[in-house]
Amino acid sequence: MSRPELYGLLAEFHSPEEIVKAAEAVHAAGYRKVDAYTPYPMEDVLDALHLHKTHVPKLALAGGLLGLAGGWALQYWASVIEYPMNIGGRPFNSWPAFIVPTFETTVLGAAFATVFGMLLLNGFPQPYHPVFNVKSFATASRDRFFLCIESRDPKFDRAMTRELLRGLGASEVSEVEP
Amino acid sequence: MASQDRVVHPVIGPGHTFASVTDKISSIVLTTKTPIGWFVGFGIAFSLFMVFLATVSYLLVKGVGIWGVNVPVGWGFDIINFVWWIGIGHAGTLISAILLLLRQQWRTSINRFAEAMTLFAVACAGMYPILHMGRPWVGAYWLMPYPNTMGLWPNFKSPLVWDVFAVSTYATVSLLFWYVGLIPDLATLRDRAANRTVKIVYGFFAVGWRGSARHWANYEMAYLILAALSTPLVLSVHTVVSFDFAVGVIPGWHATIFPPYFVAGAIYAGFAMVLTLAIPLRKAYGLEDFITLRHIENMAKVMLATSLIVAYGYLMEAFMAWYSGNSYERFMMWNRMAGPYGWSYWALIFCNVIVINTLWIKALRTNVVYLFFISLVVSVGMWLERFVIIVTSLHRDFLPSSWGNYRGTIFDWSMFIGTIGLFLTLFFLFIRFLPTISIFEMRTLVPAAQPAEDKQ
Repeated sequence: MSRPELYGLLAEFHSPEEIVKAAEAVHAAGYRKVDAYTPYPMEDVLDALHLHKTHVPKLALAGGLLGLAGGWALQYWASVIEYPMNIGGRPFNSWPAFIVPTFETTVLGAAFATVFGMLLLNGFPQPYHPVFNVKSFATASRDRFFLCIESRDPKFDRAMTRELLRGLGASEVSEVEP
Repeated sequence: MASQDRVVHPVIGPGHTFASVTDKISSIVLTTKTPIGWFVGFGIAFSLFMVFLATVSYLLVKGVGIWGVNVPVGWGFDIINFVWWIGIGHAGTLISAILLLLRQQWRTSINRFAEAMTLFAVACAGMYPILHMGRPWVGAYWLMPYPNTMGLWPNFKSPLVWDVFAVSTYATVSLLFWYVGLIPDLATLRDRAANRTVKIVYGFFAVGWRGSARHWANYEMAYLILAALSTPLVLSVHTVVSFDFAVGVIPGWHATIFPPYFVAGAIYAGFAMVLTLAIPLRKAYGLEDFITLRHIENMAKVMLATSLIVAYGYLMEAFMAWYSGNSYERFMMWNRMAGPYGWSYWALIFCNVIVINTLWIKALRTNVVYLFFISLVVSVGMWLERFVIIVTSLHRDFLPSSWGNYRGTIFDWSMFIGTIGLFLTLFFLFIRFLPTISIFEMRTLVPAAQPAEDKQ
């Protein structure tokens, strides 16, 4: 398989207003393989690109339920089946006493699922990504805002797309090597 | 009220931009010239940490007999210090999780180092339950459920086992929360580092973060969920710690007020420690624009509010001892106030209830030198509180024939001072190698970031 010669076009903006406007315009123009790179989370950009969908809550719920079931099962199995011990005449299955560790394992399961789920959904760890090939991209973690239109977008056309990004006030439009 | 003296300090100094915030905070870490003051502070902290290592070595050779604990006071410095440290940690989670859910903007510049403080305080706290087993590598089966060759399992009806679950979950979730918060800042350090090795190290931990909008969507949700999980978790931790006492039948411990009273005390002690760290930190690194008087004053107010809850707890303990009509409870309270450890009770009241009320005066509340002093007084007061609860309750219980006195030995003290060394050592390393203030969250406070938000 041959690699595409171009990953996409990366436009640089200087202000949050510009990137929001640009993201809205690019989405309106029909581009869908678009990503914005911002130095801090921007609700407006997510709105403009319609990227609000996230599966993290479902994973958190699943992890929490797993922690709940696992924590409870561990205590029931240890106290009732494997090692029943008469402590002060209390029943082996002293469920009220099991609530506390069960709560903790629930939180633990949900937290693990949230963090590792977030990392996996984002495709991390990812040591290489084409956008890093653009030298000025290092400022995306400082004070610059970037918008990248990928070449695999059906509407992508090297000249036209560049023209569009230029027209939206990009200070610089760079070609991103794959 | 005269309106002209109601000055509202901003959460960020004037004139800052995305670049200036980023450069200021990351330069503390990326500078090649470490300030001399850092070396001095780290040297002192590391010396104290050596005291800890020496004490622990001797402890493992000789056993817990080197401590002052004995019948009838079987819980001494080990649990006093455990509760003290774990309580201090609570403010970090409160700032990072609860204030996030309450949309308190002023949490932003103090959450990172408060979370670090939580982690290090929990690490110090963890030393005590681990080391009090004497031979920790043998005693693990008491605490952790794992299939051992003896076929033994922990007693899940015991609050001490609950405590293991609560504290280890708390430590793990705090670490995850802290690390998730660090990822975008690690990417900033990666992008700004000039040295290739430094770039690779920060890049490794930044896991390839590039600020993509798709990533931010997942990230923001994950951060919010972690905050929502940490909020009940942090309340559960000190509640479970208080169960260690409240479930026992000893007069002075067996009280239903313990959980809320302990949680309030934990937040009180924690905010005192945050101030103890924040005041020198902002001065030493010139961070007055980011940790403004607004933050300092708000923390002072939280301290004042929680001190009132704690004072209510002290009052209720005394009231219930009298109102119960139980002679053991009444004796316990009288002995606490006028017995051989009466000095510690009155010192505690002085530190935690009397001195703190000077913060009603705004001029004192915004005086950083005075607040630094107060924060130390509160830390001492909260240590005394645990000393009073544990020692005065145990040393004279039901039978006068089994009464006795307790005092910490030199090894009790050296281990306590040693954990302070451990805490400060970790904190100095943190200041040097990681951004002490969340850079990406500070960017959201910059004036340039505001109009985009307002358009919504």
